This record gives sequence, structure tokens and C-alpha cells, in this order.
Amino acid sequence: MNFIQTLKIALRALRTNKMRSFLTMLGIIIGIAAVIAMMAVGTGASYVISQQIASIGSNIILVLPGSTTSGGMRTGSGGAQTLSSDDARAIMAECPSVAYAAGTVRTAGQIVSGNMNWSSVVMGGTPELFEIREWPVVSGRPISQEDENGALKVCLLGQTVAENLFGSADPVGNIIRIKKIPFTVIGILDRKGQSPQGQDQDDAVFVPLRTAQRNLVRSQRSGIVSAIIVKAENGEVIDTAESEIKALLNQRHRISNAKEPDFSTRNLSEILAVAEQSSKAMSLLLGAVASISLIVGGIGIMNIMLVSVTERTREIGIRMAIGAKKNDILLQFMTEAVLLTMLGGLIGIALGAGGATAVSRMLEWPTMISFQSIAIAFVFSGAVGIFFGFYPAKKAAGLNPIDALRYE
Amino acid sequence: MSIVISLTDIRRVFIMGDQQFEALKGVSFDIAPGEFVAIMGASGSGKSTCMNILGCLDLPTSGRYLLDGGDVGGMSTDQLADIRNKKLGFVFQGFNLLARTPAIENVELPLVYAGLHSKERRQQALIAMEQVGLSGKENNHPSQLSGGQQQRVAIARALVNNPAVILADEPTGNLDSSTTEEIMGLFTALNRQGITIIMVTHEHDVAAYAGRQITFKDGRIISDLQTSQACQAGQAGQKA
Ligand SMILES: Nc1ncnc2c1ncn2[C@@H]1O[C@H](COP(=O)(O)OP(=O)(O)OP(=O)(O)O)[C@@H](O)[C@H]1O
Ligand SMILES: [Mg+2]
Repeated sequence: MNFIQTLKIALRALRTNKMRSFLTMLGIIIGIAAVIAMMAVGTGASYVISQQIASIGSNIILVLPGSTTSGGMRTGSGGAQTLSSDDARAIMAECPSVAYAAGTVRTAGQIVSGNMNWSSVVMGGTPELFEIREWPVVSGRPISQEDENGALKVCLLGQTVAENLFGSADPVGNIIRIKKIPFTVIGILDRKGQSPQGQDQDDAVFVPLRTAQRNLVRSQRSGIVSAIIVKAENGEVIDTAESEIKALLNQRHRISNAKEPDFSTRNLSEILAVAEQSSKAMSLLLGAVASISLIVGGIGIMNIMLVSVTERTREIGIRMAIGAKKNDILLQFMTEAVLLTMLGGLIGIALGAGGATAVSRMLEWPTMISFQSIAIAFVFSGAVGIFFGFYPAKKAAGLNPIDALRYE
Repeated sequence: MSIVISLTDIRRVFIMGDQQFEALKGVSFDIAPGEFVAIMGASGSGKSTCMNILGCLDLPTSGRYLLDGGDVGGMSTDQLADIRNKKLGFVFQGFNLLARTPAIENVELPLVYAGLHSKERRQQALIAMEQVGLSGKENNHPSQLSGGQQQRVAIARALVNNPAVILADEPTGNLDSSTTEEIMGLFTALNRQGITIIMVTHEHDVAAYAGRQITFKDGRIISDLQTSQACQAGQAGQKA
């Protein structure tokens, strides 16, 4: 008996009980739709996370004041003022695996332009900062070493700040006031988007580090920075760079016991790993939920197939009397079950993809439907059919022809 | 004389729990190609049990069954299925057609399991439909056919594989007398073309179409007669 014939018989059987077939498929449809939608949301989310992490810049190490305990809890970081501009310069000059290092300070403040005002983050940073973060200006010019050396009152605006203060007009050359101090806008930075923590990175104003240290932040000593951001030469030496920095700072800060430093370092690839891990855990959870719904759907299929075998005992008897072999009957019922689940799978894929697209449209939530997830869903739905269809099909094939023929 | 069916001392014991029942107690007969045999006997005498064994749907507890020269005993279920498919045709009392399936596809069914391609199947099925006088009803479902027509479809299905033997267990049991005559006319015509027919019936006028009558009683053959003698024996039996 050929495959097309088997398929035809199965299709006819399913058509005979349209409503029942549909209801049976519903379990699979829901399961598969859930898998597809969840995978779409999950992949979309992890894509965005990796995008955001990439937006910080690659091969980056953060050096923060204050120490971490061995458990990873940061202690005394808030008020600690243990890092200086000199540390940043030394790291860049003396650590061979480091490409750039930039000291930064950070404050928040009211920014005024004419009658417009906007409160935003103000970052002070040396010119290297923009190399490290791979963040070019789109109009005007970047902060130069002369701006830094002279502690000039110039600033770069992030896109969000520029839009809120100047609308569509070009801000370059205008004067704005940061904490009442006038600054000249020298350039506009490219758009960066959200950070992994969900902050708008474009909602910031950048000034030279020394300018910020003198005019915008208060500290016990001059030259204090709130963080040093470092770029390693490349991805392979990032760990080397980190230990070089630690060694250098321990020496500079005269720390005898290396277990109690007055600074801590954070490697962004670690953050990336954490993000990846949590997105993996998420996928696993979603996968578990989806598998449960598929199993429930599969049990539904098995149940209906058993009913179907009983109902069609006489038909099975007729087929056997006429020359159907055990395998023909087995295959017939298996085909029916697999057809049910695969059809359900296809509908589920369509629904899941449609649902994911609708979600991404309405909630502006990024979703990505990968070919892989569709293939997995399709194969899985077929597998559910084979697994749960086997027992009923086996039962049908094992019937005795005479008993089956006599069955009322 | 060649022989298509040969039963030697066939016994069939049914076991139900701790009870045993011997439905066939040593049945032996030979049937030559082209014979038309009627099997008669009281209810419960073992006719259907015997037909099931002849039809390779059931195996005897003991005894030897040769079909077309081959020994049926010791064959696998798949081999038996193949024999049913290629060498035998069945006609049942209750027609046993697939519901919600066009007549022509019912007739094609044995050819599906024989592995024929759809073109050949359709061709042979159309010939069989024509043989039983149902041309034009190919696409009717069983529920859209009269009882007699349904039995004709069943006969066409039994014919379509050019079997050596057609087995019919009370084929007219569900039909009225004029339809019975039609069906018996059809059997006679098929028999004239050389097909061997073995038919179980309770009715003497139906059995009269056959050239030979075998009568069962309590699992044994009590008479095995050619037609003219069979008629007399039958009437004698009724009077007694
Ligand atoms: N599967 C079975 N299990 C137990 N006993 C059976 C089975 N099949 C048949 N029998 C018994 O075997 C005997 C013969 O049955 P069979 O069906 O062959 O009778 P029959 O001659 O065809 O009768 P009828 O004319 O009523 O159809 C009966 O007594 C029946 O009870
Ligand atoms: Mg009977």
C-alpha cells in the first residue's frame, strides 16, 4: 500500500469527524503556538540584550571605587573616593593589554537653554571615553585634548537632550546652562538607545572630565573620578588586562593585602554571560511549559485515537479480511495521528507567529521568529503524533480479523 | 481431477475460560476448481466456523488445509493476509462495505492492499462494477444504495482480484426474495465463467443454485451430494 493512499484514507477519516478532529488538534495548536510565540519573544529579548550590551562597547572593563567582598557584595562604594584621574592615566600608560582608559564622573542636573529646561545625567570624561564606547558625534566636533587640558566649558549633547532642548534646530554653537554654569555646545552624539538596565543612554550631556571635576561635582580631593572605564586591546586579553589593572592599582594604592582592595573591577563579558544565562534559564522554563502543554495535547490525541479504533473496529476487520497486513493498519492509524498533530502544529506555528507579530506591533516588544524554532515546532508536533499515536495504532493492528468483523 | 481446496480432518476447539467447545469435529472435503458449493445445516452446526477457516481468517486447532496446493497451517499472519488478498474473495451477510466511501473505492480496496497503482485499480474496479451490473453507481456511497446493490458492490469487491475462490456466508440472508434471485443469478453467471464459489445458506431454493450441497450437523458433515440428489434429500429433511 503506498503512502499517498494511506494519507488519503487518513484525511477522509479526519474529515468525517471535523469538529472532533479540530478539538483534538486544539491541544497541539495551543502548545505549538505557545512555543513559537515564547521563542519569538525570548529570541527577540536576548537579541535586544546583546544589542544593548554591544552598545556599551566591546572588550570593556569597569573600574569602580570601593571594594567587593568575596561574596560579590559591593561595600562602601557610594561615598568611596579612591580613584583618580592619575589612576586612569597610569592604567592607559602602563598596562600593555589596555588600549584606552578614561576617568569619568557622573552627576545629575538641570540643563537650561533659553526658556527650555531638561534634567539629565551629566558625565565628565576624557576624550578617550568616546573611543572606548565607540560613540561618534554626528554633527559638530568631539571633545578634544585641548578642551580637557584647559577645562573648557564645552559639552556634547545626547540625542534625547538635544531633541528636548532644541527640537529640530541645530544646537551646535549654542550656549546651555548646566547647574547654572554656561557651556558651549560643540557637538551632538550619535544615537545609542537603551542600556541593558533599560536606561536611555542618549539622555545625557558630556563635558571634559577636568571641567566636571572643577565645576560640577564636589569631592574631598581634586582629581577624583567616580569610575574608570577601560578598553582592552582585544577580546582575548580582556582577563589579562583586568589582572594588570588590579596589580597596578594595588601597587599605586599601596594595598598590601590583595584581598581587601579599595576598588573593584567588572568585566562586561561577565555581565553578558549573566544575561545569557538568565535568558537561557528563561527559555528552559518556557520550554518546560510548552512541553507540558504538548504532552497534554498528545494525551488528548491518544484518547481520541483509542476511541476511533474502537469505533472503527468493524472497518479494521473488513480491511484485514480483504488483505490488509498488520503494518498497513498500524501505518493507517499512525498516519492519522501524525496528520492530526502536524496539522495542529502548522496551525499552531501560524497562530504563534501571528500572535508574536501582533505583540511586537502593539507593545513595541521586539520578537524574532527564527526558522529554527519553526522547524523544531514542526518536528516536535510530528514526534508527539508518533509517540501518542503508536499505542492506539498498535492496538488496532493487533485485532483479530474475525472478532473485528463481528464487532457491533 | 485438480483440487483447489482440500480439508482433512479439520477440528476447531473454542476455549472459554475452563470450558471447551468443539465446533468442528473432523471435517474433510475436497473442492475442484469451478464448483459451486452450498453449505447447509442448522444454526450452530459450525458452518461459519468452517467458512472462517476456509477464508484464512481463523486457523484450525488441528487438521490440514491445502489452498491452491499450498498448506495454510504454519503461515504467518502477513502471509495469510496475502492469501486473503490474492486468492480469496469474501461476501458477507451484512455486506460489510466501508461507510462514507464511494462504491468504486470499496471495490478498489483489495487492489490497494495488493499494491496496484491507482490507474490499474480504477480500470479493474470499473470492470468488476460492470460485471455485477452497477455501472453508473460508482460514486454512490453505501448508504445511497439498496441492499441488493450493496451486496453487488461487495461481490464486485470479492471479484476484483480474480480470486481462486469466492466465499459467501449467507449472502442473501438480509435480502428479499426477488433481490435474492438477482444475486443468485449473478453468482451462477460468475460460476459459469469458472470461479469457484462456496456459499453458506439456510434456504433450500438458494442452495438449489449450487451444483453441490454439503450439510453440517453438530460440527460434522452429514451429507455431501450433487445437485439433483441434494434437492430430494433437502425435501426429505423438511418433511421429517
Ligand atoms: N469465538 C467463539 N468462541 C466460542 N464459541 C464459538 C465461537 N465461535 C463460534 N462458537 C460456537 O461454535 C458453534 C458453531 O458456530 P457457527 O458460527 O459456526 O455456527 P453456524 O453454523 O454458522 O450458525 P448460524 O447458521 O446460526 O450462523 C456455535 O455453537 C458457537 O457457539
Ligand atoms: Mg453462521
